[in-house]
Amino acid sequence: MATQASRSAARLMVSPSVILLFIWMAVPLGMVIYYSFRRYRLLNPERAGWNGWSNYSSFVFSPDFGGALVNTLILVLGVLIITVVLGILIALLIDQPIWGQGPVRILVISPFFIMPPVSALVWKNMFFNPSNGLFGELFKYLGMRPFDFLGQAPLGSIVTIVAWEWLPFATLILLTALQSLDSEQLEAAEMDGAPVLKRFWYIILPHMSRSITVVILIQTIFLLGIFGEILVTTAGGPGTASTTLPFLIFKEALLDFDVGTAAAGGVVAVILANIVAIFLMKAIGKNLD
Amino acid sequence: MNMTLRALLGACAAAALAGAAAAQTSITVATVNNGDMIRMQGLMSDFNAMHPDIEVNWVTLEENALRQQVTTDIATGGGQYDVMTIGTYEVPIWAKQSWLEPLSDLPADYNVDDLLPSVRNALSVDGTLYAAPFYGESAMIMYRTDLMEKAGLTMPDSPTWADVKAAAAAMTDKDNEIYGICLRGKPGWGENMAFIGAMNNSYGGRWFDMDWKAQFESQEWKDTIADYLDMMTNYGPPGASANGFNENLTLFQQGKCGMWIDATVAAGFVTDPTNSTVADNVGYAQFPNKEGVDNHGNWFWAWTLAIPASSDAKDAAKTFVQWATSQGYTNLVASKEGWRAAPPGTRTSLYENADYAAAAPFAKMTLDSMNAVDFTKPSVQEIPYTGAQFVAIPEFQGIGTAVGQEMSAALAGQKTADEALAASQALTDEEMKAAGYLQ
Amino acid sequence: MARAVTPARKSINTAAAWTVALIIFFPILWTILTSFKPEPVAVASPPVFLNFDWSFENYETVIQQRGYGQFFWNSMVIAFGSTILGMIIAIPSAWAMAFVHGKRTKDLLMWMLSTKMMPAAGVLVPIYLIAVYFKILDTRFLLTIVLMLMNLPIIIWMLYTYFREIPVDILEAARMDGASLTNEILYVLTPMAVPGIASTLLLNVILAWNESFWTLNLTAFNAAPLTKFIAGFSSPQGLFYAKLSAASVMAFLPIMILGWFSQKQLVRGLTFGAVK
Repeated sequence: MATQASRSAARLMVSPSVILLFIWMAVPLGMVIYYSFRRYRLLNPERAGWNGWSNYSSFVFSPDFGGALVNTLILVLGVLIITVVLGILIALLIDQPIWGQGPVRILVISPFFIMPPVSALVWKNMFFNPSNGLFGELFKYLGMRPFDFLGQAPLGSIVTIVAWEWLPFATLILLTALQSLDSEQLEAAEMDGAPVLKRFWYIILPHMSRSITVVILIQTIFLLGIFGEILVTTAGGPGTASTTLPFLIFKEALLDFDVGTAAAGGVVAVILANIVAIFLMKAIGKNLD
Repeated sequence: MNMTLRALLGACAAAALAGAAAAQTSITVATVNNGDMIRMQGLMSDFNAMHPDIEVNWVTLEENALRQQVTTDIATGGGQYDVMTIGTYEVPIWAKQSWLEPLSDLPADYNVDDLLPSVRNALSVDGTLYAAPFYGESAMIMYRTDLMEKAGLTMPDSPTWADVKAAAAAMTDKDNEIYGICLRGKPGWGENMAFIGAMNNSYGGRWFDMDWKAQFESQEWKDTIADYLDMMTNYGPPGASANGFNENLTLFQQGKCGMWIDATVAAGFVTDPTNSTVADNVGYAQFPNKEGVDNHGNWFWAWTLAIPASSDAKDAAKTFVQWATSQGYTNLVASKEGWRAAPPGTRTSLYENADYAAAAPFAKMTLDSMNAVDFTKPSVQEIPYTGAQFVAIPEFQGIGTAVGQEMSAALAGQKTADEALAASQALTDEEMKAAGYLQ
Repeated sequence: MARAVTPARKSINTAAAWTVALIIFFPILWTILTSFKPEPVAVASPPVFLNFDWSFENYETVIQQRGYGQFFWNSMVIAFGSTILGMIIAIPSAWAMAFVHGKRTKDLLMWMLSTKMMPAAGVLVPIYLIAVYFKILDTRFLLTIVLMLMNLPIIIWMLYTYFREIPVDILEAARMDGASLTNEILYVLTPMAVPGIASTLLLNVILAWNESFWTLNLTAFNAAPLTKFIAGFSSPQGLFYAKLSAASVMAFLPIMILGWFSQKQLVRGLTFGAVK
């Protein structure tokens, strides 16, 4: 059906989005590349000028950079693993015939509607706070000293918050996939006496693989940029224990007001993100089409 | 594409102008979500009655978010705000960049000579005032008189750190959630480093030597951090590495702290019977020093209202700033909420007022602490900088926050004191090299 | 999947599902409860669940101190404005990509998604400088454009996957009948795609409503949405848990109610083409 005319019509129809997105990508990227070679501190504007590669070297060789990379990976992988595994389990559970499926589904998707600063503030103050939080109360009830979650397990606490925010998304997509599964096939397998685990492994999981791919892809895009939750709860600390790459760039840009180094960090992050994207596409892309 | 964009933008600008042509001038005030500012927002009907032609829009943010936003705005000439709430650290630096509108032609009834001399000096560059103080503070010890009595101790008016440690040990009762001492641990140059910087001043230490070399490997810093960590680990509350001024205030109001060493402005809150469970049992003492060091922290801060040069409603902004920092405003607060709630630490007349002295038992300690501050010489050693609990150079925000992170890591037990100090030394020298101070 | 199960099995499943759902929902429930407590009760130890003097006092205090209507209205305008604008731009593109499927289509989609990889903090100052230059800082116009561009890749992708599921034969039949390209989109395609469009709209309104970097950093007062409203409640002086909870509820309740009522539509299109 793809005639020459329809092809050029198609090109015309795609072009507004492509042009807009290209501008949205190219203009900031161009400016960021420009600033990444400049000395530009907001609070010290007179000391401006070309700065060679020193913004890059001070970003990449800063003692926080390696740790930030590792923390970013832990955050992304931790949230992905938790949301996919729990998402599958919860989807399987809700898919069973139960009383009140509608209300249950509404409760489960609710965290998705909470804006990140709100969920971070709620978790930080009302749950993790060792003096006044509910977890602290729970520890006291059990006769233990309250555990200082954000001080002693900062990254784990942040993974918990972010996973809570994204679990509904994963659950919903996986549930939709599960519901599209041909039940006759499952019943046939059940008749044949295939055990539950085998049915899950050979029928359900392969059926869900595309959905899992989509969940991983979309969540990775959003999770690579997470930093509001970190800013509100731990501000990257204690020390640099919960500093991720986006937060490190944020720190350069808005705590040190060093636009040059933040720009260099931005360029580095774009390169790394694209490596991740290529790797991701190689690994799971064939599931998509 | 470009043409369309410009046309669109032009239409927007025209619409904006049409809106501004109405009788009212509106000004946008960026402020911090501290109690005194919230109180001011509740008293705006007075201002509106006096100036019906000025509409005041509030942007209320948490301290760090406020600082990020006003700094970005002023450094890029964004012009979103007509009045900014900034501190004694920013005022001289921004004034030197010509980012602030000078407050030179204040009317006689503003009585500018009534401002405390130390505050006025800190907010002036070459004799010109660039910001009007809303409230000012130094630091002192607030302690629970009932707990001290129970422990059989008395707090001297001018205790040493050894006295403080002994008192903290005596009051601590972790099983009943009473912690002998609450101090700031939340990272940030205006949070934990404000306290640690002042503590280091009172230990005789300094941030930099005369060649701008960082001094974290000096004995004074080592002693400061060792004692800070020792007190906080043994007698401090759990989760202290996330506690700033506001978190400690909550803990103290709930009766969980034996002592709290922090800004003098806190006294007005801990003695507020509606929010504090310990309002009747608070005593005050001078910020401690180390035996033989003639320095009591040199903590000095004022939240001030300044008008950015990029504002397009400077006259309305000036009118507002004068109202908010006037004696009249102080009287207004006193008449509505009592003298105890008056914004402290800016005007001599407040401390000469017998009603205030009677209602605010902390008034004398506040004034004495503020008068003892020497903005030009925060350390007993030779130093190339001015300042107080901070160093008045533009690079200090970044350095202070990074060092603050190291200290909070040490407080959370993730690093030893020596590791944190060594890392601070390295990162500060690196930053000072990049900024051109060090060769 | 209506498989027959024993009542006992169904009871166990029901109990398990409700337990999980309540655990997930608990932080929200606790926030709502706390918002009705007096401040000292909010931090009481041991915690108080239902047995307290319920009052709207916190809501009154919050509205009196900060206002609400202006923030709410800005959130509405920005979230719906950016999404609708994005849909107008995305629908033709997604249609073309879905029906004139070339070898490069997938690459193009992936490139579009990759524009979301730029760390926002790294480009803040450049974007800020552009906004200062055009004098559009703190306008709903700027926020609408920025959030539209942020979400455009997601919008295109969702619509693309949805359009691809529409059988091509129907289009050809319409074309035989002499329908023009515009008519084809308007009268044939769009009605079939309405569920997908609704779902895309909902998801992106939610994403735009909850966006909290650009909305915080590019606004002061005039265009400030609910994310800015909530930012002022982070660690204020004194006891604040109940007021923070009330402000939180006011920030998330509108979008949550919208989500609850439209969850069927939301879920139907949320497959990103993953279900065949």
